[in-house]
Amino acid sequence: MSGLVIPGGESSVMDKLARTFGVADVVRRRIAEGLPVYGTCAGMIMLADTVLDGIRGQQSFGGLDVAVRRNAFGAQTESFEADLEVPELGDPPVHAVFIRAPVVAELGPRARALAALPDGTVVAVEQGALLGTSFHPEMTDELRFHRYFLDKVAVSSAGSSRP
Amino acid sequence: MSENSTPRVGSDRVKRGLAEMLKGGVIMDVVTPEQARIAEDAGAVAVMALERVPADIRSQGGVARMSDPDLIEAIIAEVSIPVMAKARIGHFVEAQVLQALNVDYIDESEVLSPADYVNHIDKWDFTVPFVCGATNLGEALRRINEGAAMIRSKGEAGTGDVSEATKHIRTINAEIARLTSLSKDELYVAAKELQAPYDLVVEVAETGKLPVVLFTAGGVATPADAAMMIQLGADGVFVGSGIFKSGNPAARAAAVVKATTFYDDPAVIAEVSRGLGEAMVGINVADVPAPHRLAERGW
Repeated sequence: MSGLVIPGGESSVMDKLARTFGVADVVRRRIAEGLPVYGTCAGMIMLADTVLDGIRGQQSFGGLDVAVRRNAFGAQTESFEADLEVPELGDPPVHAVFIRAPVVAELGPRARALAALPDGTVVAVEQGALLGTSFHPEMTDELRFHRYFLDKVAVSSAGSSRP
Repeated sequence: MSENSTPRVGSDRVKRGLAEMLKGGVIMDVVTPEQARIAEDAGAVAVMALERVPADIRSQGGVARMSDPDLIEAIIAEVSIPVMAKARIGHFVEAQVLQALNVDYIDESEVLSPADYVNHIDKWDFTVPFVCGATNLGEALRRINEGAAMIRSKGEAGTGDVSEATKHIRTINAEIARLTSLSKDELYVAAKELQAPYDLVVEVAETGKLPVVLFTAGGVATPADAAMMIQLGADGVFVGSGIFKSGNPAARAAAVVKATTFYDDPAVIAEVSRGLGEAMVGINVADVPAPHRLAERGW
């Protein structure tokens, strides 16, 4: 396996099942070894070192030096789509779909913000081989975040294939 | 599709998208905040907040309506997973109230007494998404045409008898498979026969699936029932009376979640099925007199 994508869903359920069936420890170890992982929405929650507003006892895989607030916008009627400036990806803006989405509430020194809403709320981050977005590029025809992640996979694979 | 830069709520993509995020999961009926807590702890992807589970609606009779706002709000306050609530078929004001209460999804449900025997709710008018029941493809497409963002195949709710759920998910999938085998010029008559909008019929014929997520519901009472529904092609399951009418709800809820995830691994399903205590007692659908069959409500 040269990369892993953790898509949207319910983070509390992902956490519970990943721990019950012994997946969590493996993923944690591979993240520590430098496996490229892209998490969207719930996937970003799973990559956060700290989860805010989780359910009782909720854990994450960790790896991103951030605190992510779960379901930060409120009920489903607050879910929205919007255009988002992502300097790293240039023009045009990324059309982003936020569904009961989390946000990066605290950005640690090792993580880097890639995009923020007009009010400054960070909604996309990276740290080495890890990438996290509050929104779902998989729900649109937007492929630039996927390419950005594949570049990380290519870099990582090139590095690990060296003798 | 025009995509402007101001944030847009209530779009089709956002409504259907939440259902996408629930795929592979279990949505559980709960009647108290305590039950909602048990469901969330067990791994439910969402809960359905209601006053009486279908088994009680069935046994107590009378008109079944939208739940008390206090109850719905208490359940919303208790859990952080999405909370759904039921409105009567055609009762658009109950739906307006549920939207005002900030529920995450409305189920326009045949489990409640219909408020309109002709029209369903015009679901495009709402920011909150809707799930609707269907016994066949035509019914599913009519609901989607009215704005449903998610479909659940109907079973016979409150019986613990999974046979109707099996019949309806098989019917929907067989009708989809048939559409994909038709030639383009046969789709006009297919749309007429399904009593469904032609454009949606063409879309299903081309893609081989519904344009929205398809869960199944009604009579699911065991981990094996849930796994069978997924093996039959459902994207996830609703479990109503099956959990909180059983001997050990917390254990059964967790087991149904695991079996839904590992639906194709009989060893896991066997393991999680051990020691769950009594399943809900159940009623054979064949013993339910026709006027009391809920799946036949809606059209």
